[in-house]
Amino acid sequence: MAVLVLVDHDGATVSQPTRSTVAAATKLGEVHALVLGGGAAAAAAAAMPGVTKVLQTEDALYAHALAEPVAALLIALAPGYSHLLAPASAAGKNVMPRVAALLDVQVISDIADVIDADTFVRPIYAGNALATVKSADAKKVITVRAASFDPVPASGGSGTIETVATAADPGLSAFLGAEIAKSERPELTAAKIVVSGGRAMGSAENFAIIEALADRLGAAVGASRAAVDAGYAPNDHQVGQTGKIVAPDLYVAVGISGAIQHLAGMKDSKVIVAINKDEEAPIFSVADYGLVADLFKALPELETELAKK
Amino acid sequence: MKVLVPVKRVVDYNVKVRVKADGTGVETANVKMSMNPFDEIGVEEAVRLKEKGVASEIIAVSAGPTACQEQIRTALAMGADRGILIEHDGVLEPLAVAKLLKAIVAKESPELIILGKQAIDDDMNATGQMLAALLGWAQGTYASKIESADGGLKVTREIDGGLEILQLKLPAIITTDLRLNEPRYASLPNIMKARKKPIETVKPADLGVDVTPRLTVLKVEEPAKRQAGKKVGSVQELVDKLRNEAKVI
Repeated sequence: MAVLVLVDHDGATVSQPTRSTVAAATKLGEVHALVLGGGAAAAAAAAMPGVTKVLQTEDALYAHALAEPVAALLIALAPGYSHLLAPASAAGKNVMPRVAALLDVQVISDIADVIDADTFVRPIYAGNALATVKSADAKKVITVRAASFDPVPASGGSGTIETVATAADPGLSAFLGAEIAKSERPELTAAKIVVSGGRAMGSAENFAIIEALADRLGAAVGASRAAVDAGYAPNDHQVGQTGKIVAPDLYVAVGISGAIQHLAGMKDSKVIVAINKDEEAPIFSVADYGLVADLFKALPELETELAKK
Repeated sequence: MKVLVPVKRVVDYNVKVRVKADGTGVETANVKMSMNPFDEIGVEEAVRLKEKGVASEIIAVSAGPTACQEQIRTALAMGADRGILIEHDGVLEPLAVAKLLKAIVAKESPELIILGKQAIDDDMNATGQMLAALLGWAQGTYASKIESADGGLKVTREIDGGLEILQLKLPAIITTDLRLNEPRYASLPNIMKARKKPIETVKPADLGVDVTPRLTVLKVEEPAKRQAGKKVGSVQELVDKLRNEAKVI
């Protein structure tokens, strides 16, 4: 039986976490992709190597990916699939447990490796332990930790596209609106470089120097939970156990002490730089390059130095 | 309306967990246990709804060993009215917990259930959504704001890239995100009062629920340790290393 991947997209391109999910799915069987959206998104999904078929619906019922109707659609499609996968994004984490419960199976959240069709590795306790679990359920419903799988390319494939029938409308919720921050910066979970600020930033205004450094490096902006808690940065910038999991080529932690829950979100980064005035800060125990310095002095210097070629 | 707040007993968030030498799990003996932080936010939200006159009664429920009474008492001290302990020694996966809670819902008929978005032990992020599915209710996950509106609930949700606002019909499931509120500390008089509040104990079998786990844990291991690198002496040295050694910029 084939494997179905629920696609996150922006109307034109497929998200990088979705391409990582396709990479995980190809270890399990022939991959089909479900696109809630228009022709451009469906074409982008069909272009992922490994995807043989795209199921598409433009029905307005799915326009805002509400959990209840999307779960009903996945349930209608489920009989044809051995595994149902989604990236462990806000959208995937919202809908997949609902799908699993409707199928009477235990969802397997945030997998970091595929051992075989029934067996998966997933982090627990903020990534301080890795559990290898074997599912006894006939069908598997899974969310995938994108940072753990190299994404398949965005092009090169040639899947077919077909329209799927609209499923039941549970009529339980309605979309009222959204406030999506407009940003020219790369998306946090897909960025090659991430610059994050912590509680030591001291204020939301001071976060501007993190943003300036990020822009200099072409990086995404992240934040520790402490910085989010203090209102210095929005929640969707949060890197950590309860926020985003990132694994960029370069992660720059500024004024972040390195609480367990933050390390859980970034310790798989290839190169980690820590800038902190407390030389005992735990962040230095995972940093490849540590700079013990006052961030308000070091960051302007860093910008000047980076401006030189 | 009656509000149900499930609370989970977990290893305290300040504890550095250790993987057991035999690879069967993590060490939980003689380790400080607490209420899951996101569940505390759920209890706080329920108490605020009661203070506003929206909620009439708050029932705290916990599933697990006898010791879960401690977390129920914490919820009672924060302002919940009574507790239910679903007593079970052994693993309870989110699907099993959702089935147990569904059975409690059949008895108690709450209109709103507020759960933490994720427990900090198994990091599953699933019980609320699974319970919503089993009950056929609307779900508002990762909530950062809840308001009564048009006979239902207006819920602001934390999503990738920003916020989303949904209108939910009641009854409904809410799961809490970090910024929904800041939980209060229970005062000493309230802790004393909580001792007199009732806690009912039931077993999964009383509720007719099979809690057999679906996942077998084959092994639990520590992730590869990251080696601490070196300290650099200056910004200039840092930029030089990043350019010429790590070659990442």
